[in-house]
Amino acid sequence: MIETGTLWTVIIVLGLGSFGLRFVFTGLVGNRAMPDWLLRHLRYTAVAILPALVAPQVVWPVATDGVFDIPRAAAAVVTMTVGLITKNVLIAVLSGAVTLYGLLYLLG
Amino acid sequence: MTTTTRKSRYRQGILDASPFILVIIPFATLFGVLATEAGLNVVETMAFSVVVIAGAAQFTALQLMQENVPTAIVLVSALAVNLRMAMYSASLTPYIGAAPLWQRAICAYVTVDQSYVVGVSKFEREPDMTVPERVAYFMGAVTPIVPLWYGFTLVGALVGTRIPESWALDFAIPIAFLAMIAPMFRTAAHVIAALVAVIVSLLAAGIPYSLGLIIAGLAGMMAGAQTELWLERRKVKP
Repeated sequence: MIETGTLWTVIIVLGLGSFGLRFVFTGLVGNRAMPDWLLRHLRYTAVAILPALVAPQVVWPVATDGVFDIPRAAAAVVTMTVGLITKNVLIAVLSGAVTLYGLLYLLG
Repeated sequence: MTTTTRKSRYRQGILDASPFILVIIPFATLFGVLATEAGLNVVETMAFSVVVIAGAAQFTALQLMQENVPTAIVLVSALAVNLRMAMYSASLTPYIGAAPLWQRAICAYVTVDQSYVVGVSKFEREPDMTVPERVAYFMGAVTPIVPLWYGFTLVGALVGTRIPESWALDFAIPIAFLAMIAPMFRTAAHVIAALVAVIVSLLAAGIPYSLGLIIAGLAGMMAGAQTELWLERRKVKP
């Protein structure tokens, strides 16, 4: 059982802290120019962080208790490949979903 | 800057973020269910989702509180999971840093993985957007995401039934992100940044407090920046 005091402390401090992390640059740096070397790194934030966030979920899915799963891995590869070729998010999502459900049905 | 352009940017944002609806619904429902199972009442569960508004960090905090981990450790762990938000903030600053402070504060509150990736990929594609257009677009991208996060946390808390695991909606998250990232690979530097980040994230998966992700992200960003420099130098040379 979680104590009410602990719970509200966590909710409030975590809320403030999360806001702080989200606001630290947009809020404090604002319109001031950032150095070129920093901007050069920031250009790659999205293409570095998001694949890094997803990769472990693809290789060790939570739903299979971390066991490598062919339908999920194949769905990830298909989504990425179709996305790279078509540059179309919706077509990529649909291709991934068809691959996932198709293989889950065939192999399941 | 006319109201009409802002409105059409707002609508574009809604449209571009709509594939994430399928991701948010099961994720938010699951949080509602798990929070209720952990003994939180509806007000507490909703406060969690409204105040913190960060899926992975909320799951982490909830899990650790149930294990009676000291509060300081709960906070450090959950904030570490959210550390990537500071990187998102830095990455958005060149695009929306010139907006009024109150708008930046609202944008900060609704910066989540989904709104970030939708926003930043659009801003990169269309560098000529004005700052008010960017803010309007970002708020559009948030519109199908954040209200559903609140709404389906509530559904999960009240109904208490999870979406069956056999629906495999767990995998909606990786698929949606991969589809969203793919069009962003415009140069070799982007590809190398992603490859390095993926390899490091797999090698560093065992590092506690989700810090492997931050290390992987930084490694990928450095790899991308170095590749960009190298490509530029090659172009300059005869």
